[in-house]
Amino acid sequence: MAQGSGDQRAVGIADPEESSPNMIVYRKIEDIITKMQDDKTGGVPIRTVKSFLSKIPSVVTGTDIVQWLMKNLSIEDPVEAIHVGSLIAAQGYVFPISDHVLTVKDDGTFYRFQAPYFWPSNCWEPENTDYAIYLCKRTMQNKARLELADYEAENLARLQRAFARKWEFIFMQAEAQVKIDRKKDKTERKILDSQERAFWDVHRPVPGCVNTTEMDIRKCRRLKNPQKSVYGVTEESQSQSPVHIPSQPIRKTTKEDVRKQITFLNAQIDRHCLKMSKVAESLIAYTEQYVEYDPLITPAEPSNPWVSDDIALWDIEMSKEPSQQRVKRWGFSFDEILKDQVGRDQFLRFLESEFSSENLRFWLAVQDLKKQPLQDVAKRVEEIWQEFLAPGAPSAINLDSHSYEITSQNVKDGGRYTFEDAQEHIYKLMKSDSYARFLRSNAYQDLLLAKKKPESEQGRRTSLEKFTRSVAYIEKTHSQVNQLDDKCLELHLRKGSQGEEQQCVCLRIQGWRESLKVGLCRLQAVVPNSLYTEYHPAFSDLQRLALQPSRIKKKKI
Amino acid sequence: MATDGLHENETLASLKSEAESLKGKLEEERAKLHDVELHQVAERVEALGQFVMKTRRTLKGHGNKVLCMDWCKDKRRIVSSSQDGKVIVWDSFTTNKEHAVTMPCTWVMACAYAPSGCAIACGGLDNKCSVYPLTFDKNENMAAKKKSVAMHTNYLSACSFTNSDMQILTASGDGTCALWDVESGQLLQSFHGHGADVLCLDLAPSETGNTFVSGGCDKKAMVWDMRSGQCVQAFETHESDINSVRYYPSGDAFASGSDDATCRLYDLRADREVAIYSKESIIFGASSVDFSLSGLGLIVFSESTHRYLRIESEIVPCN
Repeated sequence: MAQGSGDQRAVGIADPEESSPNMIVYRKIEDIITKMQDDKTGGVPIRTVKSFLSKIPSVVTGTDIVQWLMKNLSIEDPVEAIHVGSLIAAQGYVFPISDHVLTVKDDGTFYRFQAPYFWPSNCWEPENTDYAIYLCKRTMQNKARLELADYEAENLARLQRAFARKWEFIFMQAEAQVKIDRKKDKTERKILDSQERAFWDVHRPVPGCVNTTEMDIRKCRRLKNPQKSVYGVTEESQSQSPVHIPSQPIRKTTKEDVRKQITFLNAQIDRHCLKMSKVAESLIAYTEQYVEYDPLITPAEPSNPWVSDDIALWDIEMSKEPSQQRVKRWGFSFDEILKDQVGRDQFLRFLESEFSSENLRFWLAVQDLKKQPLQDVAKRVEEIWQEFLAPGAPSAINLDSHSYEITSQNVKDGGRYTFEDAQEHIYKLMKSDSYARFLRSNAYQDLLLAKKKPESEQGRRTSLEKFTRSVAYIEKTHSQVNQLDDKCLELHLRKGSQGEEQQCVCLRIQGWRESLKVGLCRLQAVVPNSLYTEYHPAFSDLQRLALQPSRIKKKKI
Repeated sequence: MATDGLHENETLASLKSEAESLKGKLEEERAKLHDVELHQVAERVEALGQFVMKTRRTLKGHGNKVLCMDWCKDKRRIVSSSQDGKVIVWDSFTTNKEHAVTMPCTWVMACAYAPSGCAIACGGLDNKCSVYPLTFDKNENMAAKKKSVAMHTNYLSACSFTNSDMQILTASGDGTCALWDVESGQLLQSFHGHGADVLCLDLAPSETGNTFVSGGCDKKAMVWDMRSGQCVQAFETHESDINSVRYYPSGDAFASGSDDATCRLYDLRADREVAIYSKESIIFGASSVDFSLSGLGLIVFSESTHRYLRIESEIVPCN
């Protein structure tokens, strides 16, 4: 359950090593394991099971473990409980007595708990000499249940080759271990042997199993000094592993640091904050508004490409004809329309019809400035100044005198944030004025309602389709801008398929070189009793290809 | 409280106690505005219900753990980097590998796709962030065109292009974040304030904004102003490393995933933690978090399980 964040708990940590990410996990698991074994408080039933020739001491079934987890960790789904059990097993806290693979199954398989000596929280990092001693020891004991598995036999052979010189030492250690073990009680030995084997299953896993002792290299530095031998063997050549150099904090806190902190805290106290209720309302309102656009919740139309393997949705999104849903989104906030290329173009066209496009073009130019490489910044700053702000500028924007002052000062330094203040003003201006009017405009409303145009709609569509195809052809064949010369392309649109009265339009696209402006025209379809103008979005593509900043020159035909 | 002038007779201890008392006062002020819990208000939103996540594609090719990945703006290409030192660009829809490069170091912990789709950035134990332009010319050796952009004094943990191919934001084990100009490799701004390794960062989704959030091993999440290099807000409620941070789609809040096995939601306008997501059965830390488009769903990845949490109130596990 999500909890309220009323009390911000102060975390008092006595031992910094205890707070290392691994330790946190280990302590949690150990807490669970301890509770699980506590029969006074409803732990799992650990018992000795009679097998046909002998007894199996101290085991619990997988089902018991799973049931206990479900009950005590509030898990509803058994699959989840099995998963949690397996995670605990993979870390080495519980293990199946008859398998090297450390998972938990929801059945009658027997499991045993690991001895605290072998717990991962002791930071074991056993060396290969230890492993060699262990495998050697196993071969000395003539018991069927201690026979080496294939991979273990291979490992032993490999170790014998690697440690050829000190094998005598290893052999002696193994013998010593065997002697110690023999002194123990039979039942105790069974348990200890299995626990020891489980320890090695964690640190030298079966091929194919994930080695859970592998650490994230970013977190290594904070670990305790590792213990290198479970058998108490100290190696002279053992040096401290480079990744285990205890990490110090980056640098000691100085007075200056604390003074900065105090300044920061004071600033935070002075900050005007919103009430939780307002904040919650806002977050939820956002979600509610966008839920229909969220493919994880509302199935995408026509289909989610990842589900249906059909990329129709992406094709539609790439096309210049915006869907009703997309157009609706532009109305959610000013940022939405600025984010969407098609929305921007529509808004720009609207502003042009009002002869106030310089604001948006300025805003776009400043956004573009911030994306420039450092070496180009000064030049672009000058260009923007000349175009929009200098006395007599061709696209003069309207700034209040205060902003103008600040900006003209900034221009002297020519950094990428020169126009930040001005841009903010213009943004607010557009948001409260032009954007609001755009949303009320016919152009937007028509798109929003996907208004059906009378009869010639069909004809116009066909013409548009043909036109689009032609444009696409041009784009494809003339993709290398530098290779073009002053071609004048004329496209004749045919009459509508219904044969109705429609004025043909002859389009001319002049010049593709950077120095020439891209000519645009309006496509006019005359229908009885009304005049309709359409601005084909494909032109913005052409314009981009010509590598010009937003300079759209209208050309009446 | 005197914050101006330097009082030489101020000891470190007295300054620290002043800071502590300010922290207490700040907490008091914030608590006054805490009039309701998020999950209470969220009750009116329809629950996500049992959500079954299906694997749609499996991309095989890395030789070891995959440490990082990033989507291209075309929603199908992906760049991924691995512990084995390889960085691969995939068309995940077809599962084809389009580019591959071997880094000179293992543990490539960070990778990012450029907004134009024409380049990738990556780095890790080499302490650097390098940019590789993507070319479809079969004869070109991708590694030859490598450009070294960022230099840190410890491992690179995260990197991200800003909304342009020309700037990269990096986070490092040396405790700092930095903004670089790709062309010249020049440091544009550095961000100091974390007390330990910075593990993750995320840029604010605004068209006009200039901020980003970072999370680190000092358990702090900090919000920075890219222009001034100053930390504008900080949050310290996690109990262990913050592995991943992600802005809520509106940009007003962000979520963090930590080794303390919780995810938390912090709102920037309330300047406060507004929700904690945890469950008794979740033992391992969260390594990665992200929001669904509407913000309704928060997807969390943790130690080979995926859990789907509903943002406002409860956790709904899934397969």
